[in-house]
This record gives sequence, structure tokens and C-alpha cells, in this order.
Amino acid sequence: MKPARFDYFAPGTVDEALALLAEHGDQAKPLAGGQSLIPAMNFRLARPQVLVDLNQVAALSYIRANGSGLAIGAMTRQRAVERSDLVARAAPLLAEAMPSIAHPQIRNRGTVGGSLAHADPSAELPAVALALETRFRAKSATGERWIPAGEFFKGMLETALEPGELLVEIAIPPLPARSGTAFLEMARRHGDYALVGVAAVVTLEANGRCQAARVALLSVGDGPVLASEAATVLAGQAPSAELARAAGERAASRDVDPPSDIHASAAYRRRLVAVLTRRALERAFERAEKGSGEQGAVPSG
Amino acid sequence: MESRRQIGERVRRTEDARLLTGRALFVDDVRLDGMLHVAFLRSQHAHARLTGMDATAARARPGVVAVYTAADLGDYWRPGPLLVPPPPIAGLVFNACTQVPLAKEKLRHVGEPIAMVVAESRYLAEDALDDIVVEAEPLPAVVDLEAALAKGAPRVHEHLPSNVAAHAVQRKGDYARAKQRAHTVIKRRFRYDRGASAAIENRAVAAQWDPRAEELTVWDTTQAPIPIRNGLAQLLGLLESQVRVVAPFVGGGFGPKIMMYYPEEVLVPWAAMKLGRPVKWTEDRQENFFATTQERGQIHDAEITLDQSGKILGVRDVFLHDTGAYDPYGLTVPINSQCTLLGPYEIPNYESEFTAVFTNKTIVTPVRGAGRQHGVFVIERLLDFAAKELGIDRAEIRRRNLLRRDQFPFNNEILFQDSAPLTYDSGDYEPALDQALELIDYHRFVREEQPRLRAAGRHVGIGIVCYVEGTGIGPYEGARVTVEPGGRVRLATGVGTQGQGHFTAFAQIVAEVLGVDVADVHVITGDTREFHWGTGTFASRGAVVAGSACQAAALRVREKILELASQELEASKADLVLAGGSVHVRGDPSAGITLGALAVKANPLRGAVRPGTEPGLEATAYFGPDRGSTASGVHAMLVEVR
Repeated sequence: MKPARFDYFAPGTVDEALALLAEHGDQAKPLAGGQSLIPAMNFRLARPQVLVDLNQVAALSYIRANGSGLAIGAMTRQRAVERSDLVARAAPLLAEAMPSIAHPQIRNRGTVGGSLAHADPSAELPAVALALETRFRAKSATGERWIPAGEFFKGMLETALEPGELLVEIAIPPLPARSGTAFLEMARRHGDYALVGVAAVVTLEANGRCQAARVALLSVGDGPVLASEAATVLAGQAPSAELARAAGERAASRDVDPPSDIHASAAYRRRLVAVLTRRALERAFERAEKGSGEQGAVPSG
Repeated sequence: MESRRQIGERVRRTEDARLLTGRALFVDDVRLDGMLHVAFLRSQHAHARLTGMDATAARARPGVVAVYTAADLGDYWRPGPLLVPPPPIAGLVFNACTQVPLAKEKLRHVGEPIAMVVAESRYLAEDALDDIVVEAEPLPAVVDLEAALAKGAPRVHEHLPSNVAAHAVQRKGDYARAKQRAHTVIKRRFRYDRGASAAIENRAVAAQWDPRAEELTVWDTTQAPIPIRNGLAQLLGLLESQVRVVAPFVGGGFGPKIMMYYPEEVLVPWAAMKLGRPVKWTEDRQENFFATTQERGQIHDAEITLDQSGKILGVRDVFLHDTGAYDPYGLTVPINSQCTLLGPYEIPNYESEFTAVFTNKTIVTPVRGAGRQHGVFVIERLLDFAAKELGIDRAEIRRRNLLRRDQFPFNNEILFQDSAPLTYDSGDYEPALDQALELIDYHRFVREEQPRLRAAGRHVGIGIVCYVEGTGIGPYEGARVTVEPGGRVRLATGVGTQGQGHFTAFAQIVAEVLGVDVADVHVITGDTREFHWGTGTFASRGAVVAGSACQAAALRVREKILELASQELEASKADLVLAGGSVHVRGDPSAGITLGALAVKANPLRGAVRPGTEPGLEATAYFGPDRGSTASGVHAMLVEVR
């Protein structure tokens, strides 16, 4: 469990990092918190020839208000997000999901950008980012672009980032009025990879009917899956237990084609999609009806 | 002569300062000039024929010093010893097939070592693993215990007619007759899955050959440094005194670290001698999952017969035991299961038959309970089923069958793993049961709480388990106690420490006997240069066996102290008091002499040591119990299933 030989650079600024990535192209891999890349290297499943360690790039670690939304630097530790009052207020869904990411020791090192750029289909942050319509700011030595969440995740451990490009920031837009969110997942033990997880965002009209819903699922495909079929069940309807159930069933039958593996069968995962989606929607509707602001304090599980 | 009570007192652990500040030595901390590092190429197959191997490219890689395969070991290649020969059970079948240092013709489990790479760093050694070409023809793997015994099943060891590693029957009374009288017979199948322990410190071995002193030093995370030393000396053709094995601080043992000799344990010292440079190997977590021994894996078909009142008439148990690819540890684990099933109950008729089965899985040796829990699980489940069937309260059915305090010593008439008859030395089981029931407020829970919860849709269940655990087995341990001229006391014992608190516990024993502070007893464990008679740390025997040896040695030193002090203080021994690191005459604490001053007088530079006495305040003593001592306990719990 020792990595194959690699060259190591520890730039102090974003520009230095981008220059190194430009120089080494697809042979280089940026190192963020190292919670996935280092084990993969130790198993020799990943053999990057060059590591560009971003841990000295202090400028990439921040959580800022961005209008009434949020801007988070890619090297921000997950633990910092978990403990941020600003995140709890502006993006309660993100705050609610954080404790489900592995264990505190891992969140102390793991970063927001690292997890998103790694794009593990069973990771929490990609699903949350998708549900919240997050935008991804990618920089390279030659320029910068913004990538919407719907285009960022390309498949198993694959993103829209090109060689030489670095994820530097994510921007989470504010939720409209009368919105509610909820995150739920099922893992065999807390901290394990989830068998299924769900991130739900709902927005109500003034008359109390569902105006919009975004439900993103994890651990059911090659990446985070947006349950668009479930959303059509919800649109324009008055929230109820029956509606949440119908949306959950629709998500399970139409939105996902989950894998079978040693941890769970496809059928069990489908069942979890139905149940967790229903529960998450009920919770999100309830929070939307109460008005946002206090939902960060509601315990998950 | 009374000293202050120290045994059983709450004292600050003397080893913690070293452990908590990172100054405790673990094997991976051993760093020596010129040290080489090892990586093992391991089988990726559960079962395969090894048809060819080419290490040329690996040997040519820069930084690689040597690559060894089975063919390179010459005479040094030989199967490991049978560590624990089976007890003399009548009609026993036992096929010993012990592990080999490097696989030769067949691969018998994933993780079995095939080749050893020695390089300037572990990184380079692992690079070279990729260079070795292995040709293997996969064979069908033996995994399921019942399928393993089917006719025509693939065989793990082809020189044997089947995968049977052992077959043993032990009997007490006449079960068949008891069954004829039975009011109720309950038969069930119980499966116990294989498990593994994961010590925080994985296995590690470092070795250095000193050509000037002609001495081999081996640092080994073992639970049994002395047997390792003796075995290595024999394997390497050295005197035992030429081999020093140090088990420094060991980061958890749990049984797998008693196993002897792991391939890595015999190969690393051999390579260090052959190459003339220190060599170290530290197991990584991935290797640990495949190559460190494991346990459990049994299928029991068990039957209990009872009379109308719930009294047990007899138990019959037939079980399969997964021993993995080799069986170097003999029958310790299944015999523990067989014996421990009897528990604290009077079971007049018992018939237990087991078949140990070779499988293409990691070797099975004792781990955390070493098979005892399997027996407990079977009898306790049977009693739960019986209670339900007979309509007797589950606590009550246990109570009715407990041995009474006037029945000890109680002979169970079958053989235990140490080859001695399974005899309970003493016990009084009912008060423990009462106390456990009280702690969970059992009767009120059953009467009031559980129906209320059930009505509310909550499923809260009860578990009650009684057990007797054979512990503190022989053969013996020893200790040497020395009073230093500075007044501090040195204690050396052969058993190593894996976190049990030996440094404190043994110091408490000696401190109490000699009337010194616990902090003034310097304990040395697990270093064969300091003490080289003994067995090891396992089977809950450290405090019982080594602790008793510490006390015996301390008592002898105390006698020497009193003898000398009575001359110095011109007082009768009976009037002397050992306290605070000094000896004084009772009633006159001011007129005393320190232990340090006595130690100086006991080892004079001039004059003479009187005939019939020995210099110094030092003694060595041993303790060897006839048989293991029996501990007992009751667990009771309420568990909610959501």
C-alpha cells in the first residue's frame, strides 16, 4: 500500500497551481484533502505522475455570502462548512448533509472542491450541488468559465473539467421564498458510503401548491441523479403524504436504474429511493410551509 | 509486617506517559542504519496450482537487493511447527498441515505469500512486486463448510483423502438414554460467521544480525516472544542465547499475534542474516485482512433435552469448524467451543462431535475468545428456545440449571484445550444472575414495560447470557525481582504486553509485597534478554499466571530483605515493617533502613557474602497452575430493533 513514484509540487497561489497543471497536462492531478486520491494511489489504482498539492493555496479556502447565496472556495474543509453559521442560514440543505460525509476526521481534511471534482456517485456533495443548482467556477492558465451543475457531472468519477483546469469555487444560489429542503441517506453504519441518499428542494406557491421541486439521488447511478420524473408528479400539486409517496414511487420506478453490489441489491436500492424520497419530501414540504430559517436545526435521520 | 494495600487499588497507569507522548517503542519505530525493507507478493487466488514464476525483472530493478521464492530458500523451506498438539481424545482424527514460508506448488488462500522482495525502501519493494511474473492455474475454491465435505469436492491438501482436518467426539454420561426420558427435545441449527480482528498495530518484524557479537536481535509484534526466540534459534541453527526477541509495546494482540511462525516471522530474520543488513517488514492493512489469522466460522446442529420443569437432561451438538487453509494451532478453537458450551449449568449427559474442515481461506487460530463464544451462543440460544417451548421464564430456566456453590470443584469429564480435564475450580453463579437481572430491572421490564412498548409498536427484546470462561492456563510464567542500590525495584517477566496494563498491574503486586510505591517498580516485559523462560500473553493468563510469579518472586525478595534487615536493625523479623521503601522496627519508623541501602549491603565490594546466601536482593520465581482457572459472568441487555 505504497504509491508508485510521482513528482510533487506544492504551489502557494492559484496562478502557480494553474501553471503547473498547464505544464503537466493530463499527467498531473491536483491534490486537495487527499481522502480519496491518496488511498487510490496507495492501492496503485491511481498512478498520477505529478501531484499538484493545493493545501498551501490559502486563497482557495473561504465561505462568503454572495448576494443572498453562497460562494465557497474549493479548498474549504468540509468541517468548516459543517460548522459555518452562514452555510446553515444560506444553504441549510448543505449544512444538513455535511454530517453524513464519512467521519469527522475525514471531514477535517476533506474539501468541498475535492469531493465535487472526484465525482464519486455515492458522495453526498455532488447530489446536494445538483439539487441546489450550484455553479462551478473552473480556471485554467488561459481563462475561466462557469459550469452549471447539470453539466458538471459526466459519469463515474468524471466531470466536465479539462486537463489543466482547476475547480476553484462553487456558487450556490439563494433559495426562493417558501422553499424547504431536506437531506436523508441510508448507510449500514453511520459514515459508510450511503446505499442511497436523497437531497430534496421544494418551493411552494403563495397558495401552498408546489411550484418547483428538485430531488437529487446518490448511490443509484454513475453520478448524482436528478429525479425529474418525480418532479413532474409534484408540480402544481398541494403537498400531502400521498403526494410525497407518489413522487417517491415515481422516482424509484422511472428516475433510477440502480446497481446491485455486495452492499445492496438493485431492488433494495429502488425501495430505498421510494422511501427516502417520500420522507425527504415530507420534511422539505413541512419546512417550506413553516418558512425557512429554522430548518438547519432540525436533526436528520 | 503489613504493607499498604496496592493490588486492586485505582492507581495511575505507569505506562501511559510513554504511550501518550509517542515515546513507546513499536516495531515500526525501529530504524537502523542500512535497514532494508520488505514487500511480499501474495496470492490473488483462493486456490490455484503454481506452475511458474519469473523474478528476473524484479531482481534487476534498481534499489532491489534480493527477491526470494520458495526455490531460493533451500533447506530453510519447511512447513511451520504444530504449535498445540491436540489433547489425547479417544478416537481422535487429526491431520496436521501447517503453513509454509512461501508457496511452492499450490496457492491455498488469498494472501498466502509467494515471493519476498527486499529493497532499499518499501516503495521500491512494492514497485518490484509488479515485475514478478506468476503463472497460476486457478482451481475450484473450497469455501462452504458442508460442500467441502461432499464427495468429489476439490481438496485443499491433495495428499489427504478429504478436507477433514480433524474429527473428535467427547462424551459425558449417556445422551441417548437421557433423550429417552425427555419431556422436550429441541433441535436447532446455528451458524457463526467467520470474523477477523484488526489490531491498531498490524504485524511487524525487524531483525538485525550483529556479526561481531554473533547475535541476532528480532523485534516482533508477538504475544509470545520467548517461544519465537526458541523456535528461531532452532530454525537458524543458533544457540537460544544468540537470539534476542523483543516484543516492545504491542498495539493489540487479540490472538493472531500468538500464531507461530508466520512466514514473515521466519523470513525476515533469515534475510537479515543472509544479507548482513537489518531488515524490516510492516504489514499494511490490506495484507492484514488476508494474511493475519482469523477465527469463527462454525455450523452447529445442536439438540437439548429437558424434563418438564426445564431441567437439562442432556445436550448433543454436532458441528463443523472452519480451520482455513492450514491448522498449525491444532484444535484449540473447536475444543474451546466444545467445552465452553457446558457453561455454568449442570448438564449430566453431553455428546459433542466436531469436524474441522480445511478451506481455501485464511488460517484460523484463536481470536478474541478463541471459540468459547460459539459454545456460549449455542447453549444460550437452546435455553431461550426451551424456555419458550416450556413456558418458563428465560431467567428462571437458567437459574434452575445453574451449578450450586456446594458442587465445586466440578468435573465436567471432558478434556479442555490444555489437555487437562475441564474442571471448574470454584464458583457461585446465582448471585451474578440476580445482579444482572436487577441491573436491567428485568422483572418489572417483562411485566410492565415490554407489553406497554409492544402495544406502542416498539420492539424491545431481552438477552440474558450466562457463561463460564476457562482462563489462566499453564504451563507457567516466571518473574525476577531485583532491588536496585538506588532503592527502585526492577521486575522482569517473560510475558509481553498488548495494552493490558501489565506495567501497572505487575508493579502493584510487587509494590504491595515490598512496601514501595507503584511508581518505583520498573517493569520490563517481552524482552528475552531480560527474561527468557515463559510462554506468552493469551487466554486471560497474564495476571493469573505471570502475576502470581511476580508475587512469588517478590515474596522471596521480601524474605531476603527481612533477613538482612533483622541483622542490621538487630530486631526480630516478626517485628519488622516494610513501608515507604524502607524497613523499620514496628512502632519506631525513625529507626529504619532504606531498601536501597540494604541492596548495597547485600552486594558488598569487600568482605564476604555469608555461606548459604546469595548476593543482592534479587529472586526469580515461577508459577504453574495445574489447570486453567474458571471465571464466570452474566450479560443481560435490552435491545430495541427499529
